[in-house]
Formats: sequence, C-alpha cells, structure tokens
Amino acid sequence: MAGYILETKDLGISFGGLKAAQNVNIRIKKNQIYGLIGPNGAGKTTIFNLLTGVYKPTTGTFFLDGEELCGLSQEKINHKGIARTFQNIRLFNNMTVVRNVMVGLHDQPQFKCTVAETLFRLPRHFKTEKDMRERAKELLRIFDLEEERNNLACNLPYGKQRKLEIARALATNPKLLLLDEPAAGMNPHETEDLEKTIHFIRDHFDMTILLIEHDMKFVSGLCDEVTVLNFGTVLAEGDTKTALRDPEVIKAYIGG
Amino acid sequence: MELILSTLINGLSLGGIYAMIALGYTMVYGIAKMLNFAHGDIIMVGGYVIYVFMAFHNPLLAILMAVVFCVLLGITIEKVAYKPLRGASPLAVLITAIGVSYLLQSLAQIIFGSANKMVTVYDFGSVKFLGVTVQVSALVTLAVTVVVMTALTLFVKYTRLGRAMIAVSEDKGAAQLMGINVDGIITITFAIGSALAALAGLFYLLKAPSISSTLGAMPGIKAFTAAVIGGIGSIPGAMLGGILLGVVESISYKITAIAPYTDAIEFSILIIILLVRPTGFLGKKRREKV
Amino acid sequence: MMNKLKAVRWNHYINYIVIGIFTLVFGIIALTGGRLNSSLLFLLEKIAISVILAVSLSLVVGFLGELSLGHAGFMCVGAYLGGKVSALLEPVIGSGVLNLLIALIIGAAIAAVCGVIIGIPALRLRGDYLAIVTLAFGEIVKSIFQNTSDESFGGALGLPTPRYDKQYLFIFAFLLVLLTLAVVQNFIRSKHGRAVTAIRDNEIAARACGINVTKYKLLAFTLSATFAGIAGVLYSFSNYTVQSAKFGYNYSIEILVMVVLGGMGSINGSIVAAALITFLNTKLATILTGDLAVLQNLLYAVILIVIVVYNNAPKLKPFRDRYNLGVLWNKFVRSRNPAHIKDDQAKWDVVPTKIEMNEVLSIDLVPQDKMEKRNNQSKGGDH
Repeated sequence: MAGYILETKDLGISFGGLKAAQNVNIRIKKNQIYGLIGPNGAGKTTIFNLLTGVYKPTTGTFFLDGEELCGLSQEKINHKGIARTFQNIRLFNNMTVVRNVMVGLHDQPQFKCTVAETLFRLPRHFKTEKDMRERAKELLRIFDLEEERNNLACNLPYGKQRKLEIARALATNPKLLLLDEPAAGMNPHETEDLEKTIHFIRDHFDMTILLIEHDMKFVSGLCDEVTVLNFGTVLAEGDTKTALRDPEVIKAYIGG
Repeated sequence: MELILSTLINGLSLGGIYAMIALGYTMVYGIAKMLNFAHGDIIMVGGYVIYVFMAFHNPLLAILMAVVFCVLLGITIEKVAYKPLRGASPLAVLITAIGVSYLLQSLAQIIFGSANKMVTVYDFGSVKFLGVTVQVSALVTLAVTVVVMTALTLFVKYTRLGRAMIAVSEDKGAAQLMGINVDGIITITFAIGSALAALAGLFYLLKAPSISSTLGAMPGIKAFTAAVIGGIGSIPGAMLGGILLGVVESISYKITAIAPYTDAIEFSILIIILLVRPTGFLGKKRREKV
Repeated sequence: MMNKLKAVRWNHYINYIVIGIFTLVFGIIALTGGRLNSSLLFLLEKIAISVILAVSLSLVVGFLGELSLGHAGFMCVGAYLGGKVSALLEPVIGSGVLNLLIALIIGAAIAAVCGVIIGIPALRLRGDYLAIVTLAFGEIVKSIFQNTSDESFGGALGLPTPRYDKQYLFIFAFLLVLLTLAVVQNFIRSKHGRAVTAIRDNEIAARACGINVTKYKLLAFTLSATFAGIAGVLYSFSNYTVQSAKFGYNYSIEILVMVVLGGMGSINGSIVAAALITFLNTKLATILTGDLAVLQNLLYAVILIVIVVYNNAPKLKPFRDRYNLGVLWNKFVRSRNPAHIKDDQAKWDVVPTKIEMNEVLSIDLVPQDKMEKRNNQSKGGDH
C-alpha cells in the first residue's frame, strides 16, 4: 500500500442489473498525473462518483494515502482530501467568482469560525473573511482569473468556468484532484494553456491528479500512466504510450 | 360489520371524488409542469354553475353546463395567466396560480354573496345493501369515478392524442420537433382537468347540498396531497392516493376520539409516506446526473 | 474621520438605519405623550410582525432555495405557546416587558424545535415535494390547536391572551425586527451564509466542496422557524385572542408573496414588500367595508397576477429590461458609484428555488424502482 496515494480494490457498482463498473483496480503514485480513458459509457465518471462518495460501491473499496475512505459521505471524503470537478460544469452561478472559491475554502481549519461568532460579529469573523478573500484571490491569480473576481460565475466564458472549477477544487486543499474532462469544449490554444496549468498545479501544489479526457493528444502529453475502461471493466493499464497502442484499446475506440 | 361496510363505501366514494380532483392536478403537473393551485376552485365554480342552472330544474342540463363552463374557464385561465409564463421560473407560475385561486374565490363571493347556497341536484335516495343503508349517490359517485378513470387510462394509452400527451410530458422540445402541437396538448390537458373538477363539484353537491366560495379550497389541497401520495404524474397513482385518503378520512370521522384530528391525520400520512417513499407510491424516481 | 465614514459600506446598514429612525420617531411621539390612535399602533405592530415573517422566510426561500408553504405553522406554534405562557404568567407578573421576554424565549424555542423537525424531511425530499410537506405541517399544527380543549389552548374559540399592558408594544416589535434583521443578515453575510447560498445554487457541487449540507439546511430551517415563532408571540401580545384558523396555508402563502414580490434573495425587498402589503391590506380593509369588503381580495388577486406575469413572462423581457425599478435604481446609483456588483443579490427571476417540475405523466401500475430492477437491460451512458 505504501507509496500509492490512491489505491482502489475491486471497485464496482451496479444499477439494477447494469454493471456500470466492475473490478476496477487503480493505483496512483504521489505526484503522478494519471489518466482514466475509455469510450463513451465506459464508466469513467462512475468511477469519479464512487471515489467522491456520490455513489456507494456495491463491491470493493478504495484507500487514500492508506486510509480507507469507502462508505464516507461526500463532504467527509472531501475533507479527507479528494476534490473534483464536474463533466457538466457545476459552479455556484449566482455568486461571484471570488465567492465560488471562498466556498471551497469553507472547511479549511485555518478559516474556522463558528456560527455564533459570525452572528455576534466577533473579531474572528472579520479576520476569517479577510483571510479567506485573500487566499481566494491568490488562487484566482494562479488561474489568471483575478480580474474577473467580482463577476458572476455564470457570466464567465466557458474556458474560464472550467478553470474556476479547478480553482475551487484546489481551495479545499486536496491530496488528490479529480478532473472530469477538463479540456472538453476548449479550443486548441486553451487546451495547450490548460496543459501548462495542470503541470503547474502538480508542481506548485505538490498534487496528484487523476483526469478523464477524450483528447488523446492531451492525455499522452500529460499523463504518465493511464487506465483504459470499456463497459465498466479495465481494458488496459500502465504506461500511456504502451496502453494506447494496445490492440484491444484501439478496437474499443474504433469499434469492430 | 355494518358500520365497517358503510364506512368503507362512504370512504370509497369520497376517495373517488379526491381521485377525480387529484387526476387534474397530476395531469397538469405531468404535462404543463406546474402546480395548478387554482384547480380546487374550479370545483367550486362547477358547483355554482350547477346551482345557477338548477333554476331550470333539469339536472342533466345543469351538469352539462357546469362541465362546459369549467372547461372554457380552465382553458381561459391557462391562456391568460399561465401561457405567458411558460419557460419562467416554476415559483412564478405557482404564485400566479395562487393569484388565480384568490381571484376565483373572490369573484364567486362577489357574485353569489358570502352566505352558503343550498341546491339539491337530484335525490337518489338510499338502498339497503348487505344490511346497511347506503346513499345511492355514493354508489353513483363511485361508479362514475371508476368509469372515468378507466376511460382516461385507455385514452392516454391507446389514442394518438394520449400518446402525444405522454410525449409532451417526457420532453416538450422533442415532442415539438416531432410535429406535436405542444400548446394544443396543454390546452387539452387543462380542459380534461377542468371537466373532471366540474364532475367533482357535482359529487360534492350530491354529498352535501350546500355551496360556498371556499368549497374547493380544502378538497383541492387534500386532492393534491392524494396525488403526491400516489406519486405525482402517475394516473393510477392519483386514483390510489385519492381512494386511500378518502377511506382514511371516513374511517377517521367514525372514530370519535380522533375525528376532530382527521385533517392532521391525513397530512401526517402524507409526510410519513413521503419520508419512506420520497416519490409517492407510483412516482418515478429521478436521479440527477452527476 | 471622513475616510473612515466613507469606508463603511452604508448600503449594508441602510435598512437598520431606516427602521431605527422610523422606530425612534414614532417612539418619541408615543413616549412624549403624543397621541397615536389605536388603529395606527395596531397597524405598526402588524407591519413589524409581517416584516419579521418575510425576512425569516426569505432565508429559506431566497437563500436556501427551498420553497416553504408552512411558515404560518411556525408562527402558530409561537403564538399559542407564547400566548399560553403569558396568560399563565399574567396574574403573577402582569403583562409587561418581563412577561413578553419570557413568552418570546419560550415561543421561539418551541418554534425552533419545530423547525428542526420540519428540516429533517428537507434533507430527504426534493423541492416540490418538500413544499407540500411544509404545507401539510402548517395544516397539521393548525388542526391540532383547533381541537385542543377549552382549558388548554381554547380550541376552536381561540386562546385568550393578554394584550401588552402599555401602548408601546410597537417599539418592542420594531426592536425585534432589528434583531431579526441583524441575525439573518449577519448569518447571510458570513461564511455560513455563503455555504447556504452555495447549496441553493448547486447542492452537488456544494457537497463536493466539503459543505455539510445537512447541517446548513437544518440551520436555515431552524433560524427561519425561530423568528416565525417570535412573530407569533408578538401576534399573541398584539391581539386579545389567538385563533388557529388564521394560520392556515393562505397566511403562509401571503408571507411567501411578500418574499417573492420583494425580490427573492433580497432582504430589503422583502421588508418593503411586507410593509407595503400589510399597509395596503389594512387600509383597504378600512376603506372597503360591508359588501365592498370582498373587493379587497379581488384587487389583491389581480395585482398579484399582473405583477408576477409582468415580472416573469419571457416575452416581456425586453420591455422589462427598459422599464424596471431595478434598472432605474441602478442607473441612479451607478451615476455616482462605479460599477459594483452586489453579491448574492441576483435578480429574483434568476435565483433558483429548487422547485423543479419534471415529473412525467405515466400510466404504469408498478413503481419505477421495481421496474428498473426488473429490466436488466443496460441503458448505456455514464452513470
């Protein structure tokens, strides 16, 4: 178990009779950028949902940094150190950009402030608010969003919304960051930019990243290792280049 | 035994009325995606129309006029108050519906005054049935309800129009692309719902020949409860919920100790059922895609 | 000094200031022996009660995004329990400040307990279903108090309660308005309030950000219920009897209308709407007497429909964007202040309440989940 930041053991879930994921074993080392790929409907997002506690697995379990997290609630799992973004962007649309990030900072121990303290407007309330805002601004600066911090999140262009979601996820100070199709809907220029950002996150935050992506160029440029899923089962895994050349994988993608 | 039987028959007939109203809620909810708070007040309007036309001492004419008037009223309300809000937030539509409900009640009060009006539509008398005296009107109510429900189910299941309704309720946009006249379907839904409400008004008058401007308010709320218990959007669910609520209500009325708390009991049942089955008995389970 | 004054965000405190001055003016008139007639005093009390109700409901509807149709139920609990306590205490300590305070504490506490109770289904149910549960709760409370014995809570005749012994109940009422405002606003303008708005905007994302949704939903419902309870106690002190019939769903809806017309997610809007509607209702009731009394409801209904349709009809949007109080106000404000976006005060037609009606018409006789189990066919797609 040692050395792996995330380890899943025979993770599986079925809906009614449909086995959406089955015996999925993924091992991710610290500081890795790991890809989870596969054709549409392969169960990639299901794995994310299992890892973040949206679904409870029917079989198997998973460990983060050696600690079993399976069965915990979504917020507990987040506190333990897994943060995610969503395939269909889920921002707090009626809140400003900076506040979106501040929600991510909500449960950080250094920003603790009880309800009573805020109701009576004790000094700690003002201090936490100020500190949170500062920290949120720092994060936004990394993603080049500081200028837009007072805009409503829903008014941001698509690419920036994706970035904001990553910033919000990072605000929860995770050990493992799950990115669900971060490059979807981006133009080649933006994708390139995103690639740099992800590298930067890994180095700057000492982060481990698991991402789902369809853009193979993006995946091979970023990921050290991948797991290929098809119909809920692992088709191939290992080194990115080798896995992508696997005839089974090619067959699954092209069909036949 | 006799008490049980008569309670049951009363309960079933009351349940039939609730089911009739619940059906209107459920269909409008399923198709127009709105909570038509004014639905209960259509019952009251139906009752008043019957009262007016009973001046001619012809029950059939009065009933027919009530149905026609309520259908026209339902369509008008839809066109004037709800249609402009299609695509707006459901809360706005809900508040408008509440406004329409107030409007109908106050109009009725202005026209007919605040005192109750008495009207006997038709005296069916009573019969002995398995040793108990049963009001024939209760049996008639029950019979009509069963017929209407069956007809409606068959209509939705087997006619082109019925299938178009289901299509609209599944996906308005897609239905429109398939060449279905969505506005027309919604109008028809309101028409059917209002016609059922008019019948419910008739049955209320058969049960107790007194009518006031708030006649429809409480039955409306209870029927909505029934629709939710059965699983809103589900036609058989509306029947199930309505009948369940009717039976519970008439049993509860018969037990002196809890009789005054009947309303509380019915609403508690709603809460308990929703806590156990958050979508009612026959409701669809919605899973939000993450 | 000047700079410090400028740094204060006056728009955050404007409502305290306005209500404070209002209270002060009327308070001074009343206390210096100026004659305020009883109908005016009664109106002031009613306005205060409405404002407390609207502000507390707006916490649940505007900020948590859940539709509650049972707010009057919490008020009912507060009115009956507070009224009973004050009636019991009257022979001992009279119906003065002390009595009022004790009644307030007890009424608020029990309403808060009810808030927790009704908050529990809120954790499990979705928007429209929760709305009907809250409505049911209100009706249950009403029905229970209606059927109490004469000795306990007065039953159908209502519970006789002592009216506050001096004329100046309205001063306390407005102080309570300020308290409500302070608590609700301080809550909303804090990290906890931000968490609540996050839950409103996107519950799934809020969970993924580590927000404890259970805690905040319960908290919002409880706070809201507590202040409804306080409004109830005030009501019992302002009237000679408390009658359960008043607290039906119609009253809950009236409060909801205040919140909606005031602009969801806008506290100041709720205050203005509550005051205005209460004022108009009372005035109309005095102008339209006898046979004309029913016209009041008619007018109310028509105004409601027209305003809501005008504010929301998608087709009227271009028109609305040009002729709208908000737009005109912004023009006025912006002409002096540089563009400033007010957080969490989005336009009310964009603020989502979680009522979402996507139920599908069906004629299936088998519950959906059983059908799912039966069909083992795969549907495909990422789940």
